[in-house]
Amino acid sequence: MKYFKILFSVFVLVMTLASCNSNKSEKASDELAVYQCPMKCEGEKTYSEAGSCPVCKMDLQPIESEDSKILNENDISDESIFNLTSTWNTEEGEKIQLEDLKGKTLVMVMIYTTCKAACPRLVADMRNIEAKIPETSLKDLRFVLVSIDPETDTPERLKAFAIENFMDGEQWTFLQGTEGSVREFANVLAVKYKQISPMDFSHSNIISVFNTEGELMHQQEGLGVDNKETIETILQLTQ
Amino acid sequence: MKTVLRLTICLLIFWVNTANCQSKMVTVKGDTYIPLYGRDSMQVTITDFQMDVYPVTNAQFLEFVKKYPKWQRSQVKKIFADNNYLINWKSDIALGDSQALNAPITNVSWFAANDYCECQGKRLPTVDEWEYVAMSNETLPDARTLESYNEYILGWYEKPKTFNNEIGSTFKNYWNIYDLHGLVWEWTSDFNSVLISGESRNDVDKDSSLFCGSAAVGATDLMNYAAFMRYAIRGSLKAKYSMKNLGFRCVQDINK
Repeated sequence: MKYFKILFSVFVLVMTLASCNSNKSEKASDELAVYQCPMKCEGEKTYSEAGSCPVCKMDLQPIESEDSKILNENDISDESIFNLTSTWNTEEGEKIQLEDLKGKTLVMVMIYTTCKAACPRLVADMRNIEAKIPETSLKDLRFVLVSIDPETDTPERLKAFAIENFMDGEQWTFLQGTEGSVREFANVLAVKYKQISPMDFSHSNIISVFNTEGELMHQQEGLGVDNKETIETILQLTQ
Repeated sequence: MKTVLRLTICLLIFWVNTANCQSKMVTVKGDTYIPLYGRDSMQVTITDFQMDVYPVTNAQFLEFVKKYPKWQRSQVKKIFADNNYLINWKSDIALGDSQALNAPITNVSWFAANDYCECQGKRLPTVDEWEYVAMSNETLPDARTLESYNEYILGWYEKPKTFNNEIGSTFKNYWNIYDLHGLVWEWTSDFNSVLISGESRNDVDKDSSLFCGSAAVGATDLMNYAAFMRYAIRGSLKAKYSMKNLGFRCVQDINK
């Protein structure tokens, strides 16, 4: 009986502590500030305290440690779409998270395969963009087509659509989510859509370009519009 | 044996406590109706569902951010909320001086509202569901043709700072639900499905190349100015926006 009480109280204590832990803010990193002469009179010599240079008598200046500038490999910036943690099916039948696309420049669009009006033109717009990108940049690029009709657009269907539209190359990815995850994704892209009949959706025609960290860099709105800016953005990002 | 009994009682008390924290819900019986903007301006069928009686309050949201620190003002990712997110709070876990515990939470983004409902095992209502419940007055399920109904809502639009009022301070409607009109605007799950135009402020041209099927969607009742305002504001929102007169409530499907 006593054992049980002790066990229980320990359990409660651990739970309480554990919930507190997550609240702790990260330690300030400026404890490790390093100072250096702005003229570098003594080469790369550094000091741990503020003061003046023994050679030129100028005030020592703090050096920003490089770590604070470069994000940790695993860190995701606040503006990144990789903050979305939902799981998606690809046309190859794999399960991925958006974060798995990290490291490549992403060109994303939302479509559905049964669409007869705007989507073929949107898809054509995507292919036109691809055609204007030099071979060398293509390997750093991913074209991602997200279905807004996750019920109809199964991985098999997406695969068939990819083959039919000559978009089966490695740089093309098709994604099937759930109703909730697609809605959330559309909200990040500011894409609006609504099912207007069982077969048809009306939706905004927006092509979005993301950098390798998943941050939105450019959006092209409308059908068959001049894609010069979009391509310039992509070329800059893949250089 | 005694131990087991005690443990059961403990767990029971715990469970009752958490169950109490869940806000009260009532059942809304589904039907078919014609919303202001619908599929091909046609009828929309609503299946039965449960809806929160009141909008989510400051106190409830405060509990939520304590439990999920990622939604605290200083922790929230910029992609999920703009700078106005909980802007009037004193700190991450303290309300502002002028904010009543029982007033509806506002200055929250769609992502925060959406996650709040998901964490309670609920979801945000769709536009069609929300409008369906909101077209009732005290006695009728559909009071949209009554002059008094429209006057009440338009009268509210003229009142300043109603978001500071406590929940339950407006009328109880046909479904026993409070505060759909008269307190705050509310987020809906598919607010971004409104295609009046690309973005109401950007392009006035309905036939712009931004949408396919935009011409298929039109207002069924242009007299319903109050509802028109709601659709217009939804059309201008982005999911990370936080506004001081925009709150939310949750709904739940009924498992059959």
